[in-house]
Amino acid sequence: MTTTVGPEATATLSTVERLEAVWEEPPGLGSWLGTVDHKRIGLRYFYTGMVFFVAGGIESLLIRMQLAGPDLDVLGPEGFNQLFTMHGITMMFLFAMPVLSGFGNYFVPLMIGARDMAFPRLNAFGYWVLLAAGVFLYSSFLVGRAPNDGWFNYVPLAGEAFTPGINIDYYALGLIFLGISTTGGAVNFIVTILKLRAPGMILNRIPIFVWGELAMALQIVFALPALTLASVLLLLDRKFDFHFYDADAGGDPLLWQHLFWVFGHPEVYIIALPGFGIASAIIPTWVRRPIVGYTYIVIGELAVALIGFGVWVHHMFTVGLPNITFAFISLASFMVAIPSAIQAFAWLATLVAGRPVLRTPLLFVLGFIFIFVIGGVTGVMFAAIPFDQAVHDSYFVVAHLHYVLVGSAVFPIFGAIYHWGPKMTGRLLDERWGKVSFWLMFVGFNLAFFPQHILGLLGMPRRVYTYDADLGWDGYNLASSLGAFMLAAGILVTIINWYRSRARGAPAGNDPWRGETLEWYASSPPAHYNFVTIPTVRAREPMWDQPELADGVQAPEDGGRPLTGGHATLSTSMLDARPQAIVHMPHASVWPFLFAVALLVLAYAVLLDAWALAVAAVVACGVALMGWFWPRGQTQET
Amino acid sequence: MAGLWWVLFWISVVVVAVVTAFLVAAARRRRAGLDREEDIDTRPVPWGDRFVVLAGVVVPGGILAGTFVVSLGVLDDLADPPAEAALEVEVVGHNWWWEVRYPNGAVTANEIRIPVGETVELALPTADVIHSFWVPELQVKKDHIPGSDNRLWVVAERAGRFRGQCAEFCGLQHAHMEFQVEALPRAEFEDWLEREAEPATEPATGRTREGSELFAASSCAGCHAIRGTSADGDLGPDLTHLASRETIGAGLIPLTTGNLADFIANPQDDKPGVSMPPTELTPREVEAVAAYLMELE
Amino acid sequence: MSTIETTTHDSALGETGIPGELLPQRYEGPRAFGWWGMVWLIGTEATLFALLIASYFYLRFRYGPTWPPEGIAEPELGLPLVMTAILWSSSAPVHVADRGIRAGDIGRLKAGLAAGFVLGATFLVMTVGVEWPETLDEFGPTTNVYGSLFFTITGFHAAHVLVGLLINLWTQARAWQGAFDESRHLTVQNFAMYWHFVDVVWAFVLATVYLSPNL
Repeated sequence: MTTTVGPEATATLSTVERLEAVWEEPPGLGSWLGTVDHKRIGLRYFYTGMVFFVAGGIESLLIRMQLAGPDLDVLGPEGFNQLFTMHGITMMFLFAMPVLSGFGNYFVPLMIGARDMAFPRLNAFGYWVLLAAGVFLYSSFLVGRAPNDGWFNYVPLAGEAFTPGINIDYYALGLIFLGISTTGGAVNFIVTILKLRAPGMILNRIPIFVWGELAMALQIVFALPALTLASVLLLLDRKFDFHFYDADAGGDPLLWQHLFWVFGHPEVYIIALPGFGIASAIIPTWVRRPIVGYTYIVIGELAVALIGFGVWVHHMFTVGLPNITFAFISLASFMVAIPSAIQAFAWLATLVAGRPVLRTPLLFVLGFIFIFVIGGVTGVMFAAIPFDQAVHDSYFVVAHLHYVLVGSAVFPIFGAIYHWGPKMTGRLLDERWGKVSFWLMFVGFNLAFFPQHILGLLGMPRRVYTYDADLGWDGYNLASSLGAFMLAAGILVTIINWYRSRARGAPAGNDPWRGETLEWYASSPPAHYNFVTIPTVRAREPMWDQPELADGVQAPEDGGRPLTGGHATLSTSMLDARPQAIVHMPHASVWPFLFAVALLVLAYAVLLDAWALAVAAVVACGVALMGWFWPRGQTQET
Repeated sequence: MAGLWWVLFWISVVVVAVVTAFLVAAARRRRAGLDREEDIDTRPVPWGDRFVVLAGVVVPGGILAGTFVVSLGVLDDLADPPAEAALEVEVVGHNWWWEVRYPNGAVTANEIRIPVGETVELALPTADVIHSFWVPELQVKKDHIPGSDNRLWVVAERAGRFRGQCAEFCGLQHAHMEFQVEALPRAEFEDWLEREAEPATEPATGRTREGSELFAASSCAGCHAIRGTSADGDLGPDLTHLASRETIGAGLIPLTTGNLADFIANPQDDKPGVSMPPTELTPREVEAVAAYLMELE
Repeated sequence: MSTIETTTHDSALGETGIPGELLPQRYEGPRAFGWWGMVWLIGTEATLFALLIASYFYLRFRYGPTWPPEGIAEPELGLPLVMTAILWSSSAPVHVADRGIRAGDIGRLKAGLAAGFVLGATFLVMTVGVEWPETLDEFGPTTNVYGSLFFTITGFHAAHVLVGLLINLWTQARAWQGAFDESRHLTVQNFAMYWHFVDVVWAFVLATVYLSPNL
């Protein structure tokens, strides 16, 4: 039951009643398994991603306990290797991408004035696959066989000869499985952003968060196949004795590194660009003015996405390739800093030109900028080949990667929790505890990771389960471990804040911050159909510049389209957002869930070499697809 | 190289300081009230675009291009050694130790001696997975990759001992794969090299003779070589001059008779996961073998 | 704001709620979301093949001058060229089917799809039933990296042909159900795009796996 205030009260009852009747998903198992509501799916991505965040956090705390002092015995080498591997996999694939996609899923349709994503069932499928792949990967712990050769999984170590157990098969199958979800989600974002924008939302008026999700999605489509291919070739080598990575039979272990990093470098921008987008969503609202340098920021996001494909070899500066090759990559790696600098200075200009409201969402963004810039300057250091060769594979890298990733993903996500949480739940979070959480996280993070720069410069390699007492590394490691616990405490405060606010937070109303973009046009939480009328947009900050939106529902005389003739939204042209068609969207369907289950069975079957079961699972997938595409007379499916 | 570091470091400090100054300035601006409509200011910022282009493109572009050029200069300097290599040493990466082979037939493990001030070329093969040869104080790092003939040149400007450690995750005991590079004056180095190439000394006492016979007859000889005896295994470190080394287990524990005996009895206690299994010898036999090995200077 | 609904979701045009404004409710090509879905699916699969082929040339470059490796003969071209002719010619009936339904001709649609199926299936049978067994007499995927590459690349392509054949059958089933007419035929359009894509990929497979070792 949603309690809605505001826009609906000013619309005529018949329009609202009709929309409710068409868009409401009746309660029950069918709707729970089959929901195609982008808001329910977005929330599921968010909650599931946060559960994995806690899991990945526990893994990191165990690691830091083992490394708090020299020669400790908290974990043995096998346990440590599984934990640091799963920490990386969890944080990258099961936390950052899902939560950022979750915010995208929830807010992209709202921000562009649409009633859903372009492919609602694909959206549902993406979530179920994420859940299934996460369960699949974590089930490896139950048999003590979690992946244990690092998230980067270099061969020959990860080959059958040196890691014969199913640990690595879990890894390869898990990532292929996840890739299906990620790629489907990316296609969904691209088509949604290009074709479902409200009339009048020309390219120039698209919110930067939406641009960020588009840049992320374009990268996913072209980067993920590299990881999928690398994993498939690895499975072929491991299970069927193929020789792609086998130097003795003419293969090359470096092929894995190339394929992995062709994916792996864009991957970090896949994570960072939505984070930047969140900052560009939060800053204007909380400094009460539009973003400065909009065009440059958009170009910056797209340029990072593009140049990010040209630098992957900088993860391989010590493998012995010719210096001329390295030099080109080094140049690109220096240059990729520029589009990020553009965005950083655009934010800074907006911050000093505006009038800040120093509440938790903005604090997290300020923290993000500080942390990310430190990560960025150490990144520039790595672009210099001789320096990289000195600190590659040392704790200097661990420090850098956490500064850029925690900076560009975790801090924006926590800012979004406080900024957008009230829109999703209808309740405000506690502001005092928000500030407590921020400061614990900010101080804890820097305490945890700044000393690691020094450890790297002192010569401590990464991925080691222990170290000697007489090397001068003890104090920095202890400080780092203490910082990690402080960071964890800060995170816990927000988690508790979230749950308490859901139960008894103050009602948010539809626009608690007087925001500028269209998600504030809807109620908190939004109705199933998002908007009573799909608005015509005439400004980049519609809620600030179009008074008829702030005052209530945009009437048809002003360009608002109720679209009550079915489960429909508008398709518009790509560049100038002219209405082109009415698209009737599918209703709840259980087939995406069943397809995901069939894929899960297939993954286990291949893992365990149960080939008859695998064939049966493939057939089941085919059946599920047929069920999915079987027309039910509710849309224009042909 | 140090020059490059300081360039990078000071540019970084300045950038972080500038950004922090902006953040502090922003935080100190006169606050707005969320519910005050008049605080929302949608007028464009006249200096905005110019600032973004200048601070985001022009200035960083110049700094980054300059830094790139400097770094290329350093790369170029480091690409070729100052002189022809006076010596070639083969360092074979193993899980989890380093095999060191000299042209004159000397074979040792985990300790690399080189002449000070001279260019040495290291060949970096691997016996199994990818390892990485890293000596921070000599500013060298390069990977050992199956199928790639990677080489590294190194010059130790001063005499001394330099700690090294494997830098590429290579499995269970990656954390315990240390080595040491020792740079000696030329004459001392040549003496050492000559001694190292000689076969093992004969056992001196009855006990150590027994140890030597046990070694040759048991599984020890299947994996380890002691040149000059029948033991010619090539899976584990060459033990011909074990007693001249300082540690066991690639820097794991100091080499003493007691530690050696413990290690032979059950290496899995000290370094779980190594290929060396617990011994089938009795404790008394283990001590005899250890005593023999401790004679092999 | 109440609108008098004279249209349903089945009508060719629908009301938006702005008085007098009607928008199409039938679409194909770039106006249809499903079309974009197929375009981007093709994009991601094309990237996969591009990387696989790049891996072929990378591994070949690293292997050295002798390619194929010692003991393996250069690939014969006779059978592959026949298979190429069969596969590429299958695009013609599929194209006819696509054009046909745009003109409302169900007969041409059904005939075109069926002929496309027969030719595509023939290609697949020749790959799996003739080409591979013959090749296995000389080397297999576990022989060395050349064998791994040969069977993986042709295998990936064959898998895509198989999927195409299944989509073809589905499209034929829907055609027989009377689902398509001159304004509703997105499935046919999408299938045709996918099938032509598979043909284009074959050009690269042919050039890489069969032609390039002979150069």
